[in-house]
Amino acid sequence: MEQFIEWITQPWPWYVAGPLIGLTVPILLLVGNKSFGISSSLRHVCAMCVPANIPFFTYNWRKEMWNIVFVVGVLLGGFFATTFISNPDTIVVAESTQQDLAALGITDYSKLLPAEIFNWENLFTGKGLLFFVIGGFLVGFGTRYAGGCTSGHAIMGISSLQWPSVVATIFFMVGGFLMTHVLLGPLMKMVGF
Amino acid sequence: MKVEEKVKNIQPVECEAPNMQESKDGLLKYLIIGILFGTVFVKAEIVSWFRIQEMFRLQSFFMYGVIGSAIAVGALSIFLIKKFNIKTMKGETVNIPKKEFRKGQIIGGFIFGLGWALTGACPGPLFAQIGSGFTVILVTLVSAIAGTWVYGRFSDKLPN
Repeated sequence: MEQFIEWITQPWPWYVAGPLIGLTVPILLLVGNKSFGISSSLRHVCAMCVPANIPFFTYNWRKEMWNIVFVVGVLLGGFFATTFISNPDTIVVAESTQQDLAALGITDYSKLLPAEIFNWENLFTGKGLLFFVIGGFLVGFGTRYAGGCTSGHAIMGISSLQWPSVVATIFFMVGGFLMTHVLLGPLMKMVGF
Repeated sequence: MKVEEKVKNIQPVECEAPNMQESKDGLLKYLIIGILFGTVFVKAEIVSWFRIQEMFRLQSFFMYGVIGSAIAVGALSIFLIKKFNIKTMKGETVNIPKKEFRKGQIIGGFIFGLGWALTGACPGPLFAQIGSGFTVILVTLVSAIAGTWVYGRFSDKLPN
C-alpha cells in the first residue's frame, strides 16, 4: 500500500499519461458517440450566455451539455489530484530549460506554474495583461478559428487520420516556437521581468 | 418544408461536433471521464507551464511522448472500432465527423500556438489549472471565452 501511495504521488511518466489520454478517444466514442474535443466548450459557453444573435452562437447548445460537464470534470479532477495525490517535491524540468527560464527571471519551481507569473497581485499589471488577458484571448480566438485545440485536432483529428488536423497541429507548434524563441524574451522584459 | 430543413434554417452554423442531446443522468458519465482526465493532466504535469516551455524549447522528450503515445492509442482504438465495427453502448455506429480544410487551421492554429506558449495551457489544462488552485487562471479562462466570442462575431469577415 505504501508503495502504491508513493507511486501514485510521483509525477506519472509520459508512457502512462499519454496512453491514458489517448484512451479518452475510444471511451467518449463508445460511451456516447462523442468526438473528443475541449475548446468547443468555450463556444458552448458563449452560445449559452452571450449569443447576441450571432449565427456562430445560435445553435442548440443544450445538445452539447456533455462537453461542459466534461470540462467541469477536468476542473474537479485537477482539484482532486492536487489535493489528495499531489507530488510533494518541486517540478523537475530539463537543466537547460531551467537555465533559459532563469535568464527570463523564472526560478520558482515549487508549484506547477511559476509563482512569479501566476498570482493575483499581477492581475492589474503588464504581467497580468500579457499572460492572463492576452494569452487567454489568443488561446480562445485561435482555437476557435482553427476549429479545435490539442485535443480536437492533435489527438482526435490525427488519430482519425484527418490531414487538416495535421496542418492545424503543425501551426500550433509554429506559433509556440515563435513565441518561445523570439517573442517571449522581449515581451517579458517589456512587462518588467 | 421538412422539419430537418427548418432546423437547418434556425441553426445556420452547426457545431463542429454535432451530437445528440443527453438526459441529465446520462451526463454524469462525462463528469466522471472528465475527472479522470483532469487527474491525469495534473499527475503527469501536462498542465505545468514549465513542461510546455520545455517542449517548445525542444529540451525534453516528455510532452512529445505524451502527445505521441496519446495519438498512437487513439489511432489504434479508432482502427479497431472501424475494423470490427464496434458499436456504441446504445448500439449506434460510431460516427466521426470529417474535418474540412480551412485557412483557419493555419492562421488560427498559429494564433493559438502563440497563446499556448504564453499561458502554458491549451483549453483543457486551463480548467485543470483552476482546479489545482491557481484561481487567477479564471481570468485567462474568461479571456479565452472572450476570444472565442470575438472570433464568432467576426468570423464572416476573416479569411476562412
